[in-house]
Amino acid sequence: MTESTPRMIAFAVNPTQEAFRGPGREGGAGSAGIRRRRRGSVLPGFGTSAAITSMVVLALIVFPLAVLVLRAASLGPGGFLAAAWTPRARAAYGVSLGASLIAAMVSSLLGLIVAWVLARVEFPGRRILDALVDVPLALPTAVAGLVYSALYVPKGWLGQVLVPLGIKGAYSFLGIVLVLVFVSLPFAIRVVQPVIESLDRDTEEAARILGASRLQTFLRVVLPGILPAVVTGFALSLARALGEYGSVVFISGNMPFKTEIAPVLIVARLEEFAYAEATTVAVMLLAMSLALLVVVNALQQRLAHNAQ
Amino acid sequence: MSIHIRDISKTFGSFKALDGVSLDVPDGTLLALLGPSGSGKTTLLRIIAGLEFPDAGTIEENGADITERHARSREVGFVFQHYALFRHMSVFENIAFGLRVRKVPRAEVQARVEELLGLVRLEGLGGRKPSQLSGGQRQRVALARALAIRPKILLLDEPFGALDAKVRVELRQWLRRLHDEIGMTSVFVTHDQEEAFELADEVVVMNHGQIEQQGTPDAVFDKPATPFVMDFLGNVNVYHGRVENGRAFWHGIPIDYPDYPHAQARDARVYLRPHELEIAPAGTAASRPGTSLPARVLRVTRSGAISRVACRPHGSDAELHVDVPVDTARDLLLQPGVQVSITPRTPRVFIPGPEYVI
Repeated sequence: MTESTPRMIAFAVNPTQEAFRGPGREGGAGSAGIRRRRRGSVLPGFGTSAAITSMVVLALIVFPLAVLVLRAASLGPGGFLAAAWTPRARAAYGVSLGASLIAAMVSSLLGLIVAWVLARVEFPGRRILDALVDVPLALPTAVAGLVYSALYVPKGWLGQVLVPLGIKGAYSFLGIVLVLVFVSLPFAIRVVQPVIESLDRDTEEAARILGASRLQTFLRVVLPGILPAVVTGFALSLARALGEYGSVVFISGNMPFKTEIAPVLIVARLEEFAYAEATTVAVMLLAMSLALLVVVNALQQRLAHNAQ
Repeated sequence: MSIHIRDISKTFGSFKALDGVSLDVPDGTLLALLGPSGSGKTTLLRIIAGLEFPDAGTIEENGADITERHARSREVGFVFQHYALFRHMSVFENIAFGLRVRKVPRAEVQARVEELLGLVRLEGLGGRKPSQLSGGQRQRVALARALAIRPKILLLDEPFGALDAKVRVELRQWLRRLHDEIGMTSVFVTHDQEEAFELADEVVVMNHGQIEQQGTPDAVFDKPATPFVMDFLGNVNVYHGRVENGRAFWHGIPIDYPDYPHAQARDARVYLRPHELEIAPAGTAASRPGTSLPARVLRVTRSGAISRVACRPHGSDAELHVDVPVDTARDLLLQPGVQVSITPRTPRVFIPGPEYVI
């Protein structure tokens, strides 16, 4: 009796806390509350953290986007379509989506190769190279755009060789793809690299002993394990490329119908004080990005399920 | 298929993993490579598999030199310690892998995999993923996968190391039966002497990249060639004594050692396993000065049907371990503090060479 008294008091004060746990069996009275706490996450206070998370998502993402959509909706359905589906806007969506998809594919492929080398090959300077991968994340992208265009203009270091060969790297669609690869490559590498590092190398030896060629080993044993990460890297690269503005504006030349991407069109509309039109283009871009990311994520989840 | 290994050496950086190893594995043998970690046993296995290549020496299979041949074309079966199953494939596809890359017709693959699933007693589990299996089941899938291509040689790297004790013993006996049924040549690596002795026809004890002894389990256990083998094969009482004029001395008790007839005394070690000592109550006929050692019992612990008795000889701070049947311990009323006398039955004497290090 002397032992159970303080326990009762403890429960009265704070029923979910596990204070004064006696050496014997736990009583039936407070066990439900205790069990919930034991089974829950390591971090305390589910209520608090859930509230903070929702606040952050609401305040930083949902609220501004809602304002954007509301602003565009004020035009009415007819007005929205008229502003969002002009020939120039359609061309801009095409350039944005096309360049971003190509850049994300290139980044995924290059990222896979670079990540493989960084994870698997020991060579002098590997650590320096590894650190350099993150540079595009820190560099103002406008600087990248300026440097790339300086390199690829007809009188630039690379341009004076490439332009006579018919390869125009500045003020062209190719230029847009180039800078989008630059800004998205770190994502493609960093997502895949840890997955390659964690691969069980015994499985590769097992495949070889069973008679598989190098290519068969890669395609049948290695690739299924890293494909989900490659697709995740593709999705991040795509998202990054779709939203990129700073570098493209310097290298693309921003010619309507040819090299004008949707974000540049938005800024152009803003400069004409056509705010409603600007928001309609933004909403369209947003919708297309969301649709693409949903598709890619679904694919990624299916692959990840197969690979486990 | 028989394997002949001649003077194999292998160095990793500055670490000499194998140092002039020669080994013959006759056709149909189940051979154990036994040794502590770092003794080179896994490296030797991987060289036989073609996963590593030796710096010097040759390997022959049935007389054909395969030293330079890559793992892919050696047609050996290899079972990894941690299974190395393909996680994204079903059990069926794991087993079928070797057949698929050989472009074996579909119907034949189907039949062969079903047959193997039966052989490893995993009927009906072909559709599972490896993550849905227990450790013992995974190891059997790994074995079936290795056997699918009908290898002439099966190599196993610590095959039971990651399993719990009961499953380990079951799988061990099952592997022995499987080896006899299929009639291939098998080599497995282990650091567990019990496993090596229970399973193998031949045991090879390795240390520091060299072979200490090769022989049948009986020969290796009863006639250890080196002090290392004696030490490695389990509990042993070691006494650092001297040898002269054909006699070594164990706690003052003379032991015949005709191999050293010289008058000049040398250091010697006397080895006695716990079951090679006889224990009797002090003051009985069995206790005669000069042939038996008076001692006091420190502890008695029980391990299955055996009592392990720890004793301290009079005038010494050494501890002697004696194994006796539980009934004997009870009859002799062995308990801490009791005075006993201990008689060595089959002592082994080694004179440590200058190169000998444990």
